[in-house]
Amino acid sequence: MTRLLRSAFVIARRDFTATVLSKTFIFFLLAPLFPAAMGTLFGGIGARVAAQTERPAVAVVASQAEFKQIEAAHDEMTEALGDGAIVKLVGYSPEPDLAGQEKRLLANRSPPIRAVLSGSLDHPRLVGSLADDPATVGQVKLLIERAQGRDADQRPDIDVSDVKNVSGPSQSDRVTTAWGAQAILFFLTLMLSTMVMSQLIEEKSNKIIEVIAAAVPIDAMFVGKLFAMLTASVLALIVWISAGALLLQVIKHGGSGSLPPPAVGWPWFLLLSVIYFAMNYLLFGAAFLVIGAQASTAREVQTMSLPVTFAQMLIFAFAATAINALNSPTALAAAVFPLSSPLTMMARGAEQPEIWPHLAAILWQALWVALILRFGAKLFRRTVLRSGPRLPWWKFGRA
Amino acid sequence: MLRQAQHELAEERIAVQATDLVKDFGDTRAVDGVSLAVPSGSIYGLLGPNGAGKTTTLRMLIGIIDPSSGTRRVLGRNRPLEAAPEIGYLPEERGLYPAMHARDAIAFMGALRGLPIAEGRRRADVLLGEHNLGEWAKKPIRSLSKGMAQIVQLLGTIVHKPRLIVLDEPFAGLDAINQARLEDLIRRETRAGATVLFSTHVIAHAERLCEQVAIIAKGKVAFDGRVDEARARLRPIVRLRTRAADGPWREAIPASARREGHEYVFELPEGGPEPLLKALIDGAAGIETLAIERPGLHDAFVAIAGDSAAAAMEQEKAQ
Repeated sequence: MTRLLRSAFVIARRDFTATVLSKTFIFFLLAPLFPAAMGTLFGGIGARVAAQTERPAVAVVASQAEFKQIEAAHDEMTEALGDGAIVKLVGYSPEPDLAGQEKRLLANRSPPIRAVLSGSLDHPRLVGSLADDPATVGQVKLLIERAQGRDADQRPDIDVSDVKNVSGPSQSDRVTTAWGAQAILFFLTLMLSTMVMSQLIEEKSNKIIEVIAAAVPIDAMFVGKLFAMLTASVLALIVWISAGALLLQVIKHGGSGSLPPPAVGWPWFLLLSVIYFAMNYLLFGAAFLVIGAQASTAREVQTMSLPVTFAQMLIFAFAATAINALNSPTALAAAVFPLSSPLTMMARGAEQPEIWPHLAAILWQALWVALILRFGAKLFRRTVLRSGPRLPWWKFGRA
Repeated sequence: MLRQAQHELAEERIAVQATDLVKDFGDTRAVDGVSLAVPSGSIYGLLGPNGAGKTTTLRMLIGIIDPSSGTRRVLGRNRPLEAAPEIGYLPEERGLYPAMHARDAIAFMGALRGLPIAEGRRRADVLLGEHNLGEWAKKPIRSLSKGMAQIVQLLGTIVHKPRLIVLDEPFAGLDAINQARLEDLIRRETRAGATVLFSTHVIAHAERLCEQVAIIAKGKVAFDGRVDEARARLRPIVRLRTRAADGPWREAIPASARREGHEYVFELPEGGPEPLLKALIDGAAGIETLAIERPGLHDAFVAIAGDSAAAAMEQEKAQ
């Protein structure tokens, strides 16, 4: 084990130095500009995902009669302006402990609640995260006005209380965070795994592979190459994140602190981002190394790359479906399937606060990284180095 | 206890042992039951034309590939990769990173075998200096000539001071001066205690360097032993030139003798030189010149591996 790690370190150090100290690393650092352009292109998909997400609603705590009046006014306005333009209403019967009911409703996730309207039509009271949302306050005032049958010059007085940490306002923002994190992870992984595959092809054509294969276990070579690229990309990530934070600080009021907070909180989310990025890259990088090891020319790599990239896009799309419904069977399948697991769990980190599913997922993904590497090394020895006795395919793993 | 000691002694005496190594690539049998033993501290040559199975045998011996069947034992280990830190290997198809500096390339190859990188760089500087490449130490490999790059790779093969040096066609691509340098280097490493196992299709190198050789033809070992034993398989050759064109002396010449210009060329008869000389003198041959030549390794190779293998090697040598 020590020898494997030491050998992997020698390979990783060589690859890391060769990558980072090359002139082409500058282009690598500029790479986020390309996904940014792609992101604009695919923005429609993100918008659709966000639109399909459950819209925050205003909970109306009122008697059935008053709720019917408000609902009738809502229907009139919906007819005039369209469903998407008017805030969604959900009715609740008043409970003795109104303060407790308000608190519980504001923490509700399905549907996410933006504000609670209580009191009566004569003395309405609106509680919620409304400081940055004058449109919702205005719409509720109009609804009450219509429900009371008042004239336009007799606007009702509403007691508006602003509270933080409600479920409604940040839900769609969290979807944005989930979507953004998935997209960044996907494009970065796509770029890196293609690079690591090209490196292996280069070494095969340089015949250095023979020198390496004679000196160290093939597993060590695979591990070394993967981790070299991972380290180089982490270095690049630090540059990109610093540059991004600086840019936000300059162009946006509140800087990076104004970004929508993920459900697990920023510290956990950043830690999980790094881990899932590493896992996603290791899974795809290992798979790409296995593929690259089989190809003997750049042309063969190109031929192989296209279907593999499409497969990666499909996996990305599969993981993206989880954003809408994290507990749906599809989302759970995407979390369990090793190649889509990191992206799916990344979205979960943005949208749901539980930590333990992440620990389980990381262990699961690490197991698959090890399995793919082991399989790749065996396949390399057998098919590229053509080592060992001939075995029927069902005995391949035992060689 | 005694058996253990004997076993260890045998292990020390034999650096590489192969027993019935077989390698199949699909339906093609590249190596067919190769067995050989390379004594520790010797220079051992693997001779044969291209396609004979030399490279495949070497690759199996050092663990790049596993045999289809058979066993190998290298520096006392059944798994050659476990002995990798004590082995240096120069593959037939040379490979270096084009952008890497010469000294870093040598240090990297040492590091692959467990040598700390800083020590590798220090030794690389010394080795490059010894081979008149000191000024190229910090130049990228791509700026070196093919011959210089080959020397750099060779230095990378020995930088970690291996006990076993395996060289696959090490003289290929080198000019005469560098070939002589390489021969010196091989002798020097052997004097320092290393075992050198190399393959070649140029018999002259093997003849000058090796104490022992294995002749491989069509995947099989046709001969394994000392170079003088290989030569001893052939009778000395007699080259005779006479003044007389004919006479009773002709009865002393074997029927298998051939004419090369004015000379008769034939194997020395079993009786030795004295009866031959007496018959020639008594028969009034008028001996002008008479030479008895010891057969070379090439003649032995022809006799052992066959004319076709020898012709193939001559052709490769010419190329």
